[in-house]
Amino acid sequence: MTSLRVPKVECYLCCILMEEALYPYKADLHIHTVLSPCGDLEMSPTAIVKRALARGLDMIAISDHNTTRQVKVTQRLGREQGLFVLGGVEVTSQEETHCLCYFADDAQLDAFQDFLDAHLPPIPNDEDKFGYQLIVDENEEIVGEEEYHLLNAIDVDIDGIYDEVHRIGGLFVPAHINKGTTSLMSQLGFVPPDLRADGLEIIFRTTKEETLKKAAYLKRFNFITDSDAHFIDNVGDVYNVIYMAHRNFDEFSKALHGEEGRYIDTDYFREHKLPKIM
Amino acid sequence: MKVKDIVEALNLKVVSGANGLDREVEGCYVSDLLSDVMGNAEMGNIWITLQTHKNVMAIASLKELAAVILVKGLTANEDTINQSNEENIPFLSTEEETFDIAGKIYQLLHQ
Repeated sequence: MTSLRVPKVECYLCCILMEEALYPYKADLHIHTVLSPCGDLEMSPTAIVKRALARGLDMIAISDHNTTRQVKVTQRLGREQGLFVLGGVEVTSQEETHCLCYFADDAQLDAFQDFLDAHLPPIPNDEDKFGYQLIVDENEEIVGEEEYHLLNAIDVDIDGIYDEVHRIGGLFVPAHINKGTTSLMSQLGFVPPDLRADGLEIIFRTTKEETLKKAAYLKRFNFITDSDAHFIDNVGDVYNVIYMAHRNFDEFSKALHGEEGRYIDTDYFREHKLPKIM
Repeated sequence: MKVKDIVEALNLKVVSGANGLDREVEGCYVSDLLSDVMGNAEMGNIWITLQTHKNVMAIASLKELAAVILVKGLTANEDTINQSNEENIPFLSTEEETFDIAGKIYQLLHQ
């Protein structure tokens, strides 16, 4: 494994318990690849990693609809080039809410892929109507495709997905909860007060403060906000600044749960847009 | 027309909330988007849906709906059933699809 890049800004906050320095990592944790039918054909793992680094991101997550099959190649490219790539997926629940799920390693990803394969309805994708579902390698060569339409809902509800993600050891974060479609609020009217989740993703148009003003009961959660990029130019348009000791799954999990001083800033990007890369 | 009249006429299964069978039905609303129901259903409506999440009953209660009909033989989870009993809002079930059951309710309410 290559050495991590030295963070550009050192954090003044040290964790009291661990006496460990925390650093601010810029992270866009919701990015689609060409494997998502709605993902642009330019969204290859190679292009995404290159763009993320060029714009100054330290960390991304790959989150295609209902499949993890583009994650590993992106992680390999990230490791080679100094970008931490969190393995993830954006699952469509039975209620048609979108849920981000993040995993620590290949074994967890494989286990969850088995779950997805068992629960995605076997309805073939129509490329002309919905778009291609292509798996590509690091040379942007097509090495496979998903046969079944990935935008369909799996036949497991939110609670069932949470249970499976946690059984495996991953993290469960309902996506863009305040979006007008495919969100907890659009499908279920409001976020269930007793929802089990590790965090919530809000759309960038709304701040955490505005969200909590309308739904104070969500303050028990930590939030993330992301680009949800389907086109290469949007990678890094929205990002979190995550204060943690290292870039890895365990540290991210602590930040998401607000443990040991780790935390996530969802507002910094508003005043600090990353440079556009042509 | 009361909920129990519709239950009898259409042979619906009463899953829970039987204490609310005397509620008056004033119109019907069909939607599977709970945000839409929250915004647009009216008091006394009977609501046809395929969503089984317990938020269904929370919204039925909030909007003071007459009853909820689950289509296609779907069953509600335990939380939803418990809340239906607490709120006295009947949870009804049919094997039929939305189009058919909505058409029959339209006829009943407009006869």
